[in-house]
Amino acid sequence: MHAKNCTIRCLCTTNRNKRASLPIIYQLILHFRQDFYIIRPFQPDPTPAAAPVQPANTPVDTLFVIISTALVLLMTPALALFYGGLVRAKNILNTMMMSLAAIGLVGVLWALAGYSLAFSTGGAFVGGMHHLALANIGFAVRDGTTIPHLLYFAYQGTFAVITAALISGAIVERMRFSAYLAFIALWSLIVYAPVAHWVWGGGWLGAMGVLDFAGGTVVHITAGTAAWVTAIMVGQRRDYGRQAFLPHNVPMMLTGAALLWFGWVGFNGGSALAVNSVAVQATVNTVLAPMATLATWILLEYRRTGRATAVGAGTAIVVGLVAITPACGFVSPRAALAIGAIAAFPSYFVILKRAATRLDDSLDVVGAHGVGGVVGALLTGVFASKAWGGADGLLHGAPSQLLKQLIGVGATIGWTAVATWGILVIISAVTTLRADARDEAAGLDVADHGEEGYTDGEGAILVLQTADPTANRAPVRRSA
Amino acid sequence: MKLVVAIIRPERLNAVLESLYNADVRGLTVSKVQGHGGEVEHVENYRGVTVKMDLQAKMRLEIGVSESFVQPTVDAIVHAARTGDVGDGKIFVLPVERVIRIRTGEEDTRAVTPEDRD
Repeated sequence: MHAKNCTIRCLCTTNRNKRASLPIIYQLILHFRQDFYIIRPFQPDPTPAAAPVQPANTPVDTLFVIISTALVLLMTPALALFYGGLVRAKNILNTMMMSLAAIGLVGVLWALAGYSLAFSTGGAFVGGMHHLALANIGFAVRDGTTIPHLLYFAYQGTFAVITAALISGAIVERMRFSAYLAFIALWSLIVYAPVAHWVWGGGWLGAMGVLDFAGGTVVHITAGTAAWVTAIMVGQRRDYGRQAFLPHNVPMMLTGAALLWFGWVGFNGGSALAVNSVAVQATVNTVLAPMATLATWILLEYRRTGRATAVGAGTAIVVGLVAITPACGFVSPRAALAIGAIAAFPSYFVILKRAATRLDDSLDVVGAHGVGGVVGALLTGVFASKAWGGADGLLHGAPSQLLKQLIGVGATIGWTAVATWGILVIISAVTTLRADARDEAAGLDVADHGEEGYTDGEGAILVLQTADPTANRAPVRRSA
Repeated sequence: MKLVVAIIRPERLNAVLESLYNADVRGLTVSKVQGHGGEVEHVENYRGVTVKMDLQAKMRLEIGVSESFVQPTVDAIVHAARTGDVGDGKIFVLPVERVIRIRTGEEDTRAVTPEDRD
């Protein structure tokens, strides 16, 4: 391949000179695009934009989405910190690994099949097979955008990853890690990919006119609903309702909240896929709405207990971000303030009351992402306006938009709940979802990962390596 | 008077406290300790390093009680801390020479009897 590359370089010297004035990132892209066509000259990309080299590939947009991809990728480790701080010290590694493992597992499945099921041309309910295992995805511009198809694929992949990781908050401290891995693997293909197709990939909800700018329905309602079902199916932690489970590291949780907000600029602003006024609008709304939620949340806490809590503030930021996600590219900044403020109320009271119920949704994924997502999706139907890039919503004389949003919410909840339940039934037929009582009591870090998050190493005896590495494996205890 | 010293599993602490409360035992000291009592040590891996964790995290309770409370205290701890596996811990009952309540200067049995909270 290297030799061929050299010939091509010699042939197009004049062409290359012109490029010298281009930004370095774009030069790189052009360079690699060449490679792409050399390697695969007889596999034309079926997308219409794939014909030779498209001038529509705008370097500044490409750079913007490259940065946004990095930002959204950062959100999953940020979620690991957020969730990790909220659990007890003996489960921190297990909790953080649930997010980190999603990057590897869901990310690979996204490349192999998820992206194709979500974004290749297909039916109303699921995409086709044109992009299985990265087939026909190259440097050519993706239809309807000004960025390379490969980049669009990677950007969307970061969304699939964090959506699966979000669910873990509902089942921390008790679900077996291997069962969790099986669950998110199936879930990302059976639930996330189809719903992404419904809304963004040319499916029925998008065709109907449901507005979801950056994933309020696709990401947060699916994750919130799945969290509810998994929390029920996996069951409560053994001392739930008898013993308080306190966060072991609130500063870590707040660090996670800060990084989530930072990454969310790429999540929402980046969803414009171009450097334009929509990106500015989405970014500004992503800044404003959580501010309003945070301020409202603090007032609510003052009113109820007279003290504003840090865990509450971290939660409020996430609720505000979730609520503005579907709306950020369709509403005015004033509406974003209103959405942020309004969204604080339902989530605040749901999270407040949830602790007294039998639903051990341990880190309140339902309250933050489910309720916040539904409120955001519905308020999008209220505040959206043509002048700000959406369709007119209720306040702009089109109540039908609210109805469409309601259908989108209902269909997403329905499918997610049924499919999530089905996946868990299948997995529990093969293996058990729960860690056994002793592992749960001792903490899943040692039981599932053979590590501790916080240890000074006292009492640790170095084991000399033997020829058989399995000889030192922790004893497996899986009594019923 | 006796000093009851109990070494228990950390995860049983809440149950033990609850059980002691129900047995009307008030006033105790809890500390986090590490120890080893013959249970199977677990193995951890950090990159290429494999270690056996010989010392287990335990909770140590110290409770000064009058004679009539010794048996109820021991019963309450045993009942709540037992899981049946190696590593449940031990209870030591020690004789106590003198007890002084710092606030009032009361001594011995009076010092280990809780104030009536009415």
